[in-house]
Amino acid sequence: MKLLIFLLALLPLDRLIWLGFTDGLGANPIEFITRSTGTWALVFLCLTLAMTPLRLMTNSSTWIRYRRMLGLFSFFYALIHFGIWLWLDQDFDLIEMLKDVVKRPFITMGFISLVLLTPLALTSTHWAQRKLGRRWALLHRLIYVIACTAIFHYWWHKAGKNDFDTVTIYAVVLLLLLCCRIPYIRKLLGKRSTI
Amino acid sequence: MSTNEQKRLSQEITPKAVFEGRRDLIKNAAAGAFGLALVPWFSREALASNSQKLIATPNPNFVLKEESTSYQYVTGYNNFYEFGTDKSDPAANAHSLQTRPWTVTIEGLVKKPMTLDIDALLKLAPMEERIYRMRCVEGWSMVIPWDGYSLSKLLNQVQPTGSAKYVEFITLADRKQMPGLKSQIIEWPYREGLRLDEAMNPLTLLTFGLYGETLPNQNGAPVRIVVPWKYGFKSAKSIVKIRLTEEMPKTSWSQFDAREYGFYSNVNPLVDHPRWSQATERRIGDSKGSFAPKIKTQMFNGYGDQVASMYAGMDLKKFY
Repeated sequence: MKLLIFLLALLPLDRLIWLGFTDGLGANPIEFITRSTGTWALVFLCLTLAMTPLRLMTNSSTWIRYRRMLGLFSFFYALIHFGIWLWLDQDFDLIEMLKDVVKRPFITMGFISLVLLTPLALTSTHWAQRKLGRRWALLHRLIYVIACTAIFHYWWHKAGKNDFDTVTIYAVVLLLLLCCRIPYIRKLLGKRSTI
Repeated sequence: MSTNEQKRLSQEITPKAVFEGRRDLIKNAAAGAFGLALVPWFSREALASNSQKLIATPNPNFVLKEESTSYQYVTGYNNFYEFGTDKSDPAANAHSLQTRPWTVTIEGLVKKPMTLDIDALLKLAPMEERIYRMRCVEGWSMVIPWDGYSLSKLLNQVQPTGSAKYVEFITLADRKQMPGLKSQIIEWPYREGLRLDEAMNPLTLLTFGLYGETLPNQNGAPVRIVVPWKYGFKSAKSIVKIRLTEEMPKTSWSQFDAREYGFYSNVNPLVDHPRWSQATERRIGDSKGSFAPKIKTQMFNGYGDQVASMYAGMDLKKFY
């Protein structure tokens, strides 16, 4: 099952590579790759956050076994998303990059999301989990912050052309997923499954 | 420029047929490898709609050294929110636009207001082919062989009065033909404007075609404006009304956010959009490959010689 999910999670990347080799990335391939990887980072973030509510609703902990991998795929796509920007928009000029991060709020939000995702990815091993103990759970609550900064990043970007259709869908999904963390709602979700 | 050089340059424009051929090749390869079902997902088509030949004489003053962007990209990668906000939406949805019959009304501060049928407009002046750079405010650019004639030829017919200072362009807004009007992204109809001297500048083109064919619907059929030294959104598409006014007209994008989209919106690498730098641009279909670095944006998109004098003494940071 894990292998299947792993292979499915690689499909968006496979698709980009396939499109790249068949001239299918359209008129603006860089924009296409950037947007596609950004979107998939967000999708995997949503999936990661969906595992706990699913566990509560189904009263089964199998979901949690996939959470780490989904989270790591979110980081993976975010890293490509960031890498393309750093390479093709900033030409690996770190000073220019930081200037942009400071100057433009939507880039600030995207950058914060990636920076915060990094420690979560690094401490995703069982070893780190044991080593950090309680603090691990605390650290990994950062994902709630990342959900917000990521959606702000997308929202602000779309604000440039007043085009909120897609970002609204993701915002609603993330909002619902975050709501599942409110203790009262968490309890409700858990209860329903035991009835 | 010598005749020989011109000939060479015009040969550099990749013919439409070559691109269509390549497209078919890929499609067939994809069909063989993955089965027909996957083809639409893997290679979405540019659906250029019912174009007809348009006889236009190349204007030697507007030939560029840069390679022209392929017909496929010019007609498949568009911002035309009346047909959707995705770049591929206009090509997919604009077939519902009825471009005939079509009239354009010219009114306001003119001595001879008139309503002209599209056929009359096509015959009003000799049709020229001009290859212009097109720079979008979003940071990408194309090189497009347009067909049309200077807007001044039309404006001279209606004789603007002495008090006319601005020209407002109002474009079609018909819910039946334009599915994008359902979303209130900006206030419909789309409105754009120029100062009268900008509108009278010989560069400002009243445009009916591209690549020697009538405009595909997604490119603003049957008649649009092209203002090559300004960001693309200043060039209003599918125009139904031209109004001459004394006051600066309220334009759609500056009404949405004047801080981001000014009335002038001259291409200017020194004035950033609040969300991104305007110093460089990505040339669509760059022959150096998809991963080629961005190219430097030129002041006034490279048309400074012809237009800079109109802004003498103006602070272009303030009047962006």
